[in-house]
Amino acid sequence: MIPNKIFKNTLLILAACLVLTACATKKNVETMSGQMQSDVYSGTDTVEYLADGVPDRVFFATNESILTTASRETLRAQATWLRKNSSINVVLEGHADERGTREYNLALGERRANSAKDYLMTYGISSDRISVLSYGKERPVDAGSNPLAWSKNRRSVTVKAN
Amino acid sequence: MIKKIYLLIALLIIPLKAFALIEVDITRGNLNPLPLAVSPLSIDDKSKKSFEKILKKENIGSEISIVVENNLRTSGLFNPLSKDAFLQAPDIANLKPRFEDWNLIKAQALITGKVTYVDEKLRVEFRLWDILAGKEMMALAFTTVPNNWRRVGHIISDKVYERLTGEKGYFDTRIIYVAEEGPKTQRIKKLAIMDQDGANNKFLTLGNELVLTPRFNPTSQMVAYLSYFKNLPRVYLLDIETGTQEVVGDFPGMTFAPRFSPNGKKIIMSFAKDGKSDIYTMDLENRIVERITNHPSIDTSPSYSPDGKYIAFNSDRSGYQQIYTMKNNGSDVKRISFGNGIYGTPVWSPRGDLIAFTKLHKGKFYIGVMRTDGSGERLLTENFYQEAPSWSPNGRVLIFYRETKTNAKGEGFSAKLWSIDLTGYNERLVETLTDASDPSWSSLLSN
Repeated sequence: MIPNKIFKNTLLILAACLVLTACATKKNVETMSGQMQSDVYSGTDTVEYLADGVPDRVFFATNESILTTASRETLRAQATWLRKNSSINVVLEGHADERGTREYNLALGERRANSAKDYLMTYGISSDRISVLSYGKERPVDAGSNPLAWSKNRRSVTVKAN
Repeated sequence: MIKKIYLLIALLIIPLKAFALIEVDITRGNLNPLPLAVSPLSIDDKSKKSFEKILKKENIGSEISIVVENNLRTSGLFNPLSKDAFLQAPDIANLKPRFEDWNLIKAQALITGKVTYVDEKLRVEFRLWDILAGKEMMALAFTTVPNNWRRVGHIISDKVYERLTGEKGYFDTRIIYVAEEGPKTQRIKKLAIMDQDGANNKFLTLGNELVLTPRFNPTSQMVAYLSYFKNLPRVYLLDIETGTQEVVGDFPGMTFAPRFSPNGKKIIMSFAKDGKSDIYTMDLENRIVERITNHPSIDTSPSYSPDGKYIAFNSDRSGYQQIYTMKNNGSDVKRISFGNGIYGTPVWSPRGDLIAFTKLHKGKFYIGVMRTDGSGERLLTENFYQEAPSWSPNGRVLIFYRETKTNAKGEGFSAKLWSIDLTGYNERLVETLTDASDPSWSSLLSN
């Protein structure tokens, strides 16, 4: 547990440094856009870890709820961790970016979380252990109004429920 | 509260002959609003002192006339003239205006009146005069509890609006909305209610849980809204008067996007399950739940036509969010939005002829209207982000919310209410105590 925490903190510090340097120069704007692959966030700024090597979230393209290759990898790691920790239940929190109407985004967040849930279930996690909660666009992680911020906000986050 | 105001006497003097009276055309953009004078309501010394004691207002007569003036000005149809130019004292003007004097300052219409304190009540009489024709157009008197003095101003405004435009007004109304505070990533949201002009603001929830999308029932006494109470997003019903709340139905998942049927007996909403959202209704009397749509897509933001026979909603069954209509039993689904971009939040006009919507096209958000078959699309306003139009009860004005773009550091976020009339010429910020979103306009409280 303690090494994990240290690892997590180091990562956060590293991520913070990346952001700071990214803001410092113009050249680094390209580095920032390098954190997106065709509209899907691929960086680690906002990512937290359920355990060593088990990222807590997956990201989506605009208006989409399809899982990317990277997302499936993340979810497989989560499934493995969940199988090892069979007493832990999770909530999948689905989110959308701010570029959609409030009600539609609530539905979209629910759809995204469910697509993550379905994947965890195909890797053997019982639906009893997974609940789904959509926040629509109500809880962005990044307050920015730009494509990179939006890509970080289009996400499904796996949160321990107990 | 709503029924507390009673029209005791209505000395409505209907003109005997149809002479050439002023008329205001509200269907066209009004670049020359009608100049009119709102004379302060006259008040005798004794009444003045009584009201000063009860209401802590030095001169309730002028206060009421200011309410009227502001209402008429914000409608964009009238131009209330500066009181500094008035030549006639309020008490004399109310008896018999010297039309030449009012003509001199270019007023075409004049509102005069009198306030008195009678049996612990506030009694108002007012008159509307046609300056050019030199005639009285309307005279009305009513009595109410002193605390209702602002509503008196709104009712006078509605009567004047109706007499001059031929359509019902929308001033004696309230707005329910979501008051917002805090950083964008952790907004605190509360239900709030206020008069249409921003006065008498009241918070209805404490902000402990996220609340969204409040909507009035037809009598404006109940509100349906989404609450994240105990992290279970569900549609709730709130009685504004008593403050009692209850969850609507027993759904094993998120319910959202509630609205009332035109007779107030049903709530229509979306229920999300397994990644699909469908439209359901629940009868508030017998609790019977009916499923209206059944499609693997997202179907949400339902809104009844005023006769209750049809439902407009948005769905992404075509791949992107578009507006559809159907019969109230879910049959006869028709896509009606075919323009460029995506379309959402359809709201049927209380007049039945138009559907207001939000549109996203090339990174800009628009509020617009279209006919109920989708033809005649007209965009009223364009901005970085705006959505959720709600109609004034006369179907002439829309209120909606607008959010600002933040800078690279995520600073500078705000959410505000705005109104715009159907012509698109009269756009105004609706002042609120805090940031605000998700407005819903009540029906006319007095008729």
